[in-house]
Amino acid sequence: MTVFPPLTSGRRPVGVVSFAQHDNVRREGRRNDVEMLMPVVAEVFGNIGITKDDVGFICSGSTDYLVGGPFSFVAALDAVGVWPPRAESHVEMDAAWALYEAWVLLQEGQIDAALVYGFGRSSPGNLSEILALQLDPYYMAPLWPDPTSLAALQGQALIDAGLATEADFAAVASRARRAALANPHAQVAYDRSAEDLLREQYEVAPLRRHALPPLSDGCAAIVLAAGDRAYELCERPAFITGIDHRLEAHAIGARDLTRSPSTELAGQKAGVAKGSVDVAELHAPFAPQELILARALGLGADVDISPSGGALAANPLMSAGLIRIGEASRAIWSGRADRAVAHATSGPCLQQNLVCVLEGA
Amino acid sequence: MTMMAAPIRLDYVFTPGVAQSTNLHGLERGVFIGQRCPKCQKVYTPSRGSCPVDGVPTEEIVELPNTGTVTTYCVVNVPFAGQAIEIPYICAQILLDGANISFMALIQEIPLAEIRMGLRVEAVWVEPEDLGPTMASVRYFRPNGEPDAAFETYKEYL
Repeated sequence: MTVFPPLTSGRRPVGVVSFAQHDNVRREGRRNDVEMLMPVVAEVFGNIGITKDDVGFICSGSTDYLVGGPFSFVAALDAVGVWPPRAESHVEMDAAWALYEAWVLLQEGQIDAALVYGFGRSSPGNLSEILALQLDPYYMAPLWPDPTSLAALQGQALIDAGLATEADFAAVASRARRAALANPHAQVAYDRSAEDLLREQYEVAPLRRHALPPLSDGCAAIVLAAGDRAYELCERPAFITGIDHRLEAHAIGARDLTRSPSTELAGQKAGVAKGSVDVAELHAPFAPQELILARALGLGADVDISPSGGALAANPLMSAGLIRIGEASRAIWSGRADRAVAHATSGPCLQQNLVCVLEGA
Repeated sequence: MTMMAAPIRLDYVFTPGVAQSTNLHGLERGVFIGQRCPKCQKVYTPSRGSCPVDGVPTEEIVELPNTGTVTTYCVVNVPFAGQAIEIPYICAQILLDGANISFMALIQEIPLAEIRMGLRVEAVWVEPEDLGPTMASVRYFRPNGEPDAAFETYKEYL
């Protein structure tokens, strides 16, 4: 008899059965988004021997602001091939939220499998300016604050509250980049001690270079399958037993930046604390954010945090969150973990957060 | 305060991609380039690198001729901001011979009243020294004197 883990979210077991990602690079100047995505989509299907005809839904996450062209998400469908017409959707968010939409549709029981992908290049424009435009248009955006400065405010708030030190940020970066040495898709990986990293100059105090994510061009894709279909496609599916996402106020001044109440709530709703966590893949583009997230999710010292290196190893916008779910799923498939947590974030200073609990049966 | 101005300007480096670069370099030589889908055999010009039907790379490069057929058209009579051509003029969808997708182009050297579906046309390129990796290398299309194409030959492309 087929065995499924008990569910906190939803009623139908839905598992991650395939994952593929592009190598993350500083600048992909030769191929366009569609040309980058095509081999990744081919791989995510090829891994499990299916084609686009075997999925009932396609959902993507991207934003036109990154390439500066309208309807780039429609053009990206060329990477899949959508004739005859397909049920398809898109979110202007990290593709982890596209995965959430696909999971909701799979709950309804009309379809048994879905393709999710995310793509985004950091290189075509000035990311500091582009990301400023996601801020409120009256008080914040006209000041053009760049993401590093906003993250530095968050880091300083942690220090001022006595919750972390610059050495803690360096320890996070040192561990993440060392773990990234084993990740073939990592863009920044090195073996350097926290003490060594602390000798770097500040980019924006209190953040030194090591506390910042790389600028990455990349993309990733996942296939979800429900019920028995998941076992047909994967020996040990990574079942989504809990998933939830929450949003905080748009105004940064209205938030307590030293904690992440949206992650806390999403973690509770997703049932993170219902069992022990073997691996947690956290989407923390800036090193201090990992400390906030680990505390928000109640992760102890025994949890293997971001063994892929996380977003400090590579931060392809619009897919870095989806990649956390893919990496956590790989830990389940290999048997390295029985229960894993994946997290995705969006917006400045961890404004919006998605938490996903993955379990093998 | 009832109104505020917040000037925003973003600059981007455009990556045409491998397939579109091939096409643009063709225009630089005064040649239309298409790419063929290995599955459905359709030829796209310009190709974006993928067959939008099959989702596979269109790697076979096909040089297309200078001639094609008007599948449909519009006589532009309405002035609009940024208009570069004096109205009235004809804007048409051209299906190049050997291609399976049409593109929009300007038609000249024909009285407005004589424009029609099925009209056979040829590209008029800029002077060789002015050719560049842009559709601006094609000045316009004009009738090439051949008899009109039968509706059957282009009905799939309307």
